[in-house]
Amino acid sequence: MKFKDYYELMGVARDATQDDIKRAYRRLARKYHPDVSKEDDAEERFKEIGEAYEVLRDPEKRAAYDELGSRWKEGQEFRPPPDWDFQSEGVRDAGAFSDFFENLFGGASGHAGGRRSTFRGKGFDRQADVGITLEEAFRGAERTLSLEQVVSGADGRPQSRTRQLNVRIPAGVTEGQQIRLAGQGDPGIGGGPSGDLFLRVRLLPHGLFKVNGKDVELELPVTPWEAALGATVRVPTLVGKVDLRIPKGSQSGQQLRLKGKGLAGKPPGDQHVVLKVVTPAAQNEAQEELYREMAKIMPMNPRESLERES
Amino acid sequence: MSRDNPLIGVLLDESLTLTLHELCEYCGVEESVVIEMVREGIAEPIDDASTEWQFTGRSVARIRIAYRLRRDLEVNMAGAALALELLEEIETLRKRR
Repeated sequence: MKFKDYYELMGVARDATQDDIKRAYRRLARKYHPDVSKEDDAEERFKEIGEAYEVLRDPEKRAAYDELGSRWKEGQEFRPPPDWDFQSEGVRDAGAFSDFFENLFGGASGHAGGRRSTFRGKGFDRQADVGITLEEAFRGAERTLSLEQVVSGADGRPQSRTRQLNVRIPAGVTEGQQIRLAGQGDPGIGGGPSGDLFLRVRLLPHGLFKVNGKDVELELPVTPWEAALGATVRVPTLVGKVDLRIPKGSQSGQQLRLKGKGLAGKPPGDQHVVLKVVTPAAQNEAQEELYREMAKIMPMNPRESLERES
Repeated sequence: MSRDNPLIGVLLDESLTLTLHELCEYCGVEESVVIEMVREGIAEPIDDASTEWQFTGRSVARIRIAYRLRRDLEVNMAGAALALELLEEIETLRKRR
């Protein structure tokens, strides 16, 4: 088992006061709280900090920990001294903390800090992200998830095992929505019910469509003559290609709406089509002449509004 | 776990309606916590005037996050509500990018 340097984890000196430790904990908890943090390893770090604080905030545990001395380094191979004897009260959930903690402090009184939200020995709720494509969000999908789970082994020691879950993602889900799977969280304690599993939907980026809630947005390149004269063009949607009429006199940036062609729902979302006028490059004398001709026949000042402002 | 029988969860969106009791079960909190959160505007009953409160599925995620913030960061309910609102605003800005 690896040694945990709780002082280093919390970034405090070995002689830090209880106030220093509390301040350090609060600062780190705000930084690494999984609901708030943008750090990739937030959940892992938050657990480590919680464990360090559980020891350092409690004068008895801290004193016992300090007796190990300062000769150990974070991550170093470690065995508890043969005469180690820390009396812990109460039973805490298996596996919430590291092996190192469990060996030194056993099932310590986890409840004082209110680390657990459950009552009657219900297992922990779990939360996981599930990434799906926009097409899968539209049609629904099935996913096999691997969940790392901590259970009590035959000897009462926490053991880690991997569970496979086959889950149906309903059609019409959007970014950030959650799906609750009752009883699929961690097993209950002492015969209590299992916790629940909350899946959070993450939409993977799509090559064509941007998603906003239930609406999807497509950028549609058009030629100047299609925009100026009007045209009917084929446009991809989530249900395949449809004909879209571009009105005469359209401009770049204008939006057209395909009602009900977004993600499913009551009501379903829409597809917004944003026009983007693409000018053909003048690649020979005749084409250049055509542009010059246009300038003569239909002169315009596209920067009129800018000049008015200044 | 059989491949043929996928688990079907409950989608926590606007179309889902929950009673106060169900909401508590979904969030793993006591009724008093939800009542306090309604008072802070963290959870909003569909019809405030109704004798029996009902909530949409959206309240579940909000309550769970606010509850964890309050418990883990030792902030009060108003602080949790503020953090939750800012988090949602960041999420909206991030999506718009």
